[in-house]
Amino acid sequence: MKKKTTNENLRRESRWAHFFISPWLIGFIFLTLGPMLISLYLSFTNYSLSSSISVPEFNYGANYVKLLTQDPKFWHSLGVTLKYALIAVPLQLFLGFMIAFLLNMDVPGLTVWRTIYYLPSVTPGVASAVLWGIIFNPSFGIMNWLLSLVGIQGPGWLSSQQWALPALIIMSLWGVGGGMVIYLAGLQSIPTSLYEAAEIDGAGSLKRLTHITIPLMTPVIFYNLIIGIISTFQYFTSVYVLTAGGPVDSTLFYNLYLYNTAFRYQNMGYASALAWVLFLIILIITLLFFKTSSAWVYYEGEIRR
Amino acid sequence: MFKTIKLRKKIVRIVSLILLTLGAIAVMMPLAWMLLSSFKSPAQGNKMPPEWLPKKAEEAIINDQEYYLYEMPVDGTIKKLALIEKNGPIGTFVNPENPAETYELRITDGERAMQIYVSWENYVKALTMVPFGKYLVNTMIIVVFATLGTVISSVMVAYGFSRFKVKSFKWLFLILLGTIMLPTQVTLIPTFILFRYIGWYDTLLPLIVPAFFANAWDVFLFRQFFMSIPLELDDAARIDGANPLQILWYVILPQSKPVIITVTIFSILYAWNDFFNPLIYLQSEKNWTISLGLQMFNAIYRNNDAYLLAASVVTLIPIVILYFIAQRYFIQGVVVSGVKG
Repeated sequence: MKKKTTNENLRRESRWAHFFISPWLIGFIFLTLGPMLISLYLSFTNYSLSSSISVPEFNYGANYVKLLTQDPKFWHSLGVTLKYALIAVPLQLFLGFMIAFLLNMDVPGLTVWRTIYYLPSVTPGVASAVLWGIIFNPSFGIMNWLLSLVGIQGPGWLSSQQWALPALIIMSLWGVGGGMVIYLAGLQSIPTSLYEAAEIDGAGSLKRLTHITIPLMTPVIFYNLIIGIISTFQYFTSVYVLTAGGPVDSTLFYNLYLYNTAFRYQNMGYASALAWVLFLIILIITLLFFKTSSAWVYYEGEIRR
Repeated sequence: MFKTIKLRKKIVRIVSLILLTLGAIAVMMPLAWMLLSSFKSPAQGNKMPPEWLPKKAEEAIINDQEYYLYEMPVDGTIKKLALIEKNGPIGTFVNPENPAETYELRITDGERAMQIYVSWENYVKALTMVPFGKYLVNTMIIVVFATLGTVISSVMVAYGFSRFKVKSFKWLFLILLGTIMLPTQVTLIPTFILFRYIGWYDTLLPLIVPAFFANAWDVFLFRQFFMSIPLELDDAARIDGANPLQILWYVILPQSKPVIITVTIFSILYAWNDFFNPLIYLQSEKNWTISLGLQMFNAIYRNNDAYLLAASVVTLIPIVILYFIAQRYFIQGVVVSGVKG
């Protein structure tokens, strides 16, 4: 008798439990897992919304073959994205860390500084793109005016094949405040006793930076690195508004190429293949970093061998 | 020895402050340029070297007629004079305070007198040339409902994951965390096709409804917070006969204000700033959002910086106000997601 009531209680508990997580469960099945599988299927078809191909036709991986062997735009956009990631992400990590490090020096007015540095991160993407488009105007923009003050004749920036990507990188540095806030929280959580102990042992400030601060900050740096790389592959708004991939595809980011394939040329099958390749690339990069992370990321409580 | 350490610390702090100031100038300069330029007249916009302050030409009224004022060098001093007649390169200038005092001067020797002038005209133009009000209403509808959906559903799911011991929940939660890493592109195309198929294309629904199915990041944030609320409080309420929904409502939620505010703010920010989803789902202008409207405005008025910047400022103002009111929660949200995630 008693056992029956516990069972009933358990069943009631479980019903409640499933009721509470049902929004996510339903969403996961119909808006994540289902679409994922369909997208995988579509990536093996030539499905298109525009032409006569209204019924997906299985094409035995022809999309993937084309992508890898006959699509220079795929490789080009991958190259553009990786180039940006290799230059912009380290710069963002370094600058964000530097600002947080300086803010952690006991400077007065911490909240004011933090407010200023974080402000660009809340600026709507289109508004900041519009603003930077005007700043990079070759003849009237303040960027070239500033350069002219030190005697440099500025380039054509967004209208130049060579300088459009650097312009986008410079623009991205404006938003390092987001990472900075995370670094700052990490720096503030390092116990001062560690620094005091090191000072007593005669460690100079450089030694303290390289032997305490940076090792203890590696998990945060690692997090920002992963996020930075993932967001590079999702990079869209600025480049859509400012260059639309030009001039001459010099800023054709991967995500923009995917967008164009899907929503301008309506090639849903091919775009799905692009999406899955993107997913695999992100997965591989993330796994690689996780694999190497034990060598350079320090977690508290971990014993180094 | 002690003194030198103290001195060195002082120097380090001063150097930090200098570097921080330089950085802050670099960060604020674009925003300052945006705000100041949004008040400029179109003629003033394209000038090199750029003028930072919005100005307009000074005028004087002489005998009921308006004339432009010039700053002209006369006998070694600069005088503000009104140009009343042009004869080729030479102009007839009059002292506006004493109209009898006239001069014949070469116009190019002086400069137009300018005064600082805040013109709201760009804002009026930016807001009336395109239906910005309509964009605003659409954006507000999305912001309100998507935020409501996000908060309600994420609270429910987080409560389910933090308070119930069901065997399968352990790995379900791992799956949920896994979806944080999932790039949206992988689900994008079938979702788009689905929404199109059920007739939601070119409506606000694709931008609102998905929010009601909870998102991993917010569930994680809520769960972290709920876990820190002692279970004894739940138990006490349960003994009093409260069901789980009542416990959530009367025990958990009243203590969770900070995290509710944080999630609300980020949801508002996301919905307000989102560009990609409105771009693919909203076709007719009557359904556009602020971001989409601004981009279209940008495409049309590419050459009129002042209009563009005024329109950009309009899209930025609500966010900045929100940011200054609720700064603490912004920072908290970023930090929790970063340090614990």
